[in-house]
Amino acid sequence: MAKVIVYPPTSTILSDLVARMGHKALVVPEAVRKLVTESGIDSPPLNMTPEEPKKGLRYAAVDVPSGVRGRMSLIGPIIEEAEAAIIVEDPGWLTGCAGCSRTNELVRLLIRTKGVPVLDLAYPSDDAEARVFVHKIRSFLEGLN
Amino acid sequence: MLVTKYVITSSESNILPSDIAMKIYGSKYDVTVKETCMGVTINGEEEVIDELVKEIRALDPAGIFIKDRGFPPGDPRRCRGRRGGGARPGFYMIESESKILPMISRALTSEGEIPVLAEKKRPLSPGRLQEIIKEDLS
Repeated sequence: MAKVIVYPPTSTILSDLVARMGHKALVVPEAVRKLVTESGIDSPPLNMTPEEPKKGLRYAAVDVPSGVRGRMSLIGPIIEEAEAAIIVEDPGWLTGCAGCSRTNELVRLLIRTKGVPVLDLAYPSDDAEARVFVHKIRSFLEGLN
Repeated sequence: MLVTKYVITSSESNILPSDIAMKIYGSKYDVTVKETCMGVTINGEEEVIDELVKEIRALDPAGIFIKDRGFPPGDPRRCRGRRGGGARPGFYMIESESKILPMISRALTSEGEIPVLAEKKRPLSPGRLQEIIKEDLS
């Protein structure tokens, strides 16, 4: 079982397909869960502590907007953990954790420079493309075994 | 550790969110269930949820999609009832991907040869554009 980071890191389709094929999908909600359910931390609305932007400093300089560093404090450790990656081209409707374009550029760069196997795809727009999409993901994940 | 998962049904699936909720209510598992417009949210101990997810997926293997959620169901930091209405952050991503789910479901169940796709037209590269300009001006 390989740890596969998916981009967008909040994608239902990608995380489901990875889990369905017996691997572990590395996704942002897991990192968010640790922050929001850990006892002892309670600073609504997001339970961010001063430690989070500091973690983000490992991936982005201090003059980079705090939103990028805050997001990187969640996504950065996931990238470090990844053994493979599936990147789907930005569909233009990413929001929330995945809604910052500068963070997304940095995430894609860090994944590519990490040197793990990467599968590049685009979201399908018809049935034929969807079949190729699923086939490519299946072949890629089978190759990781 | 308590974990939360979204169970999202494809719009073409014969399984409704209420079917999933009823199955969970009738099961032996000690979990919290919240029915939503696109599926259900389930919350419980990790081992229990893993077992339950397998049973839910068996209802319609190609039409049910499952993903992790960070916040527990009804969390006041995310619940729109407490935030004065409007869609919950993160809903837009699910909404957008939900439109693709029927295609993915059909792809998961399809058999036979994989179609060969025609190469998509790409925008002219800046280098090629420079070459064209030089050719025309020389």
